[in-house]
Amino acid sequence: MECAASTDASVVLDSSLDLHPQVALRHEPFGALAYHYDTRKLVFLKHPDVVRVVRSLADHATVADALAACKIDKRRWPSFDKALTSLYESEMLHERSN
Amino acid sequence: MSAATNAPTLVEQLKGGLDAPICLTWELTYACNLECVHCLSSSGRRDPRELSTDEAKAVLDELHDLQVFYINIGGGEPMIRRDFFELVEYSINKGIGVKFSTNGAFIDADKARRLAAMDYLDIQISLDGTDAVTNDAVRGSGSYATAIQAMERLRDAGFGEFKISVVVTRHNVDQLDEFKALADSFGAQLRITRLRPSGRGADSWHDLHPTQPQQRQIYDWLLAHGDNVLTGDSFFHLNALGDEALPGLNMCGAGRVVCLIDPIGDVYACPFVIHDEFKAGSVRDTGGFSSIWKHSELFTELREPQSAGACASCGSYDACQGGCMAAKFFVGIPLDGPDPECVDGYGEAAMLSASSDDVTPPKPMMDHSRLARVPVKISAR
Repeated sequence: MECAASTDASVVLDSSLDLHPQVALRHEPFGALAYHYDTRKLVFLKHPDVVRVVRSLADHATVADALAACKIDKRRWPSFDKALTSLYESEMLHERSN
Repeated sequence: MSAATNAPTLVEQLKGGLDAPICLTWELTYACNLECVHCLSSSGRRDPRELSTDEAKAVLDELHDLQVFYINIGGGEPMIRRDFFELVEYSINKGIGVKFSTNGAFIDADKARRLAAMDYLDIQISLDGTDAVTNDAVRGSGSYATAIQAMERLRDAGFGEFKISVVVTRHNVDQLDEFKALADSFGAQLRITRLRPSGRGADSWHDLHPTQPQQRQIYDWLLAHGDNVLTGDSFFHLNALGDEALPGLNMCGAGRVVCLIDPIGDVYACPFVIHDEFKAGSVRDTGGFSSIWKHSELFTELREPQSAGACASCGSYDACQGGCMAAKFFVGIPLDGPDPECVDGYGEAAMLSASSDDVTPPKPMMDHSRLARVPVKISAR
């Protein structure tokens, strides 16, 4: 994904993403906290469904596959796309090399 | 994130408390080589009841289990503890990052190299003036030179981006640009925080805290530079000055996302309220830290919706949230009253009425200031 600064929200759906190895997720009542040990950034994942999708990214070829596997209603995909793009841009998610 | 349209706002959620703190401060010792006039923990002398190395490690084990991502270590001067490096390394090896505050006196060339070699470690050097006169008036003679020397040693050791931590006062508020330039010259990050009347600050606050026009100055400066400057979200009371909110969470996190472990293991709602009224328990109690965080009466209470009290009818309440609990408490203002630095001026009146009663503001507890040396007269014969 060359266009890391892009705001074009459709980019992320076909990508193979995973949680960055330096990122830890902690369960919280509202969803989860994600902390990046290298950048020291703290991000709030404000919905349990987003957490579920993020946790399942590693098991699926693309983000779209993960959304489908998590049974996320298609009408909600744009907002998930946006959330995951933002997580990618803040380096919480990274592109899998394989 | 519109995936969560019907959920309460994040700030509302955070006010209800988290499973573990985000921002946990741990003052490792009350011992300090300095005696800053605004010290929030009245540090100076070591407390004989200080947590032992093993006890400290047991607390770190607990924080690991709670998935605390990082801790803020302070004091006193934390590097005075002989097991300082042992504890920092133990923490980092457990996956708990460390940010520690120091006056820099114990950072020699060797220690600078040792610190530079560690991952997940951040250092904050405290500095309260960009010249020796301004700084040393608050932090003590020679402390400016000591801090600058520590910064040079960290730079020479290749530590990378350390932080310069400033408590904003009436006397250094005009130096904000100079602080930023100093930080930039070291490739460091600037952090500015609010002065509270806590610890020895209870005695110096009235002379040191920024004036009303200076508060506007801080707000304007943060709007212009805030994105590159850390504040610990401590200036949220200034949001009543304009429509634009300062960067950050803008809420009091005490007992909700923040807490303090003091050197003897007592747990307080935040670093600025070392007083029995805000003590939730001790890590030495059965159940340890997690039980306090999850079940203590005090923290449970702080996570319930708070009354806007005297500020309920004020149009600025949503912006300033009534300000800082610690600042109110130590000047004698009720917790549901206005902040003493209320930008609309209600704090002055509240302080006057608090001091016109028979009641005097509560005194900070746990004073570890070094005892004043009383000259002894020796008679010749």
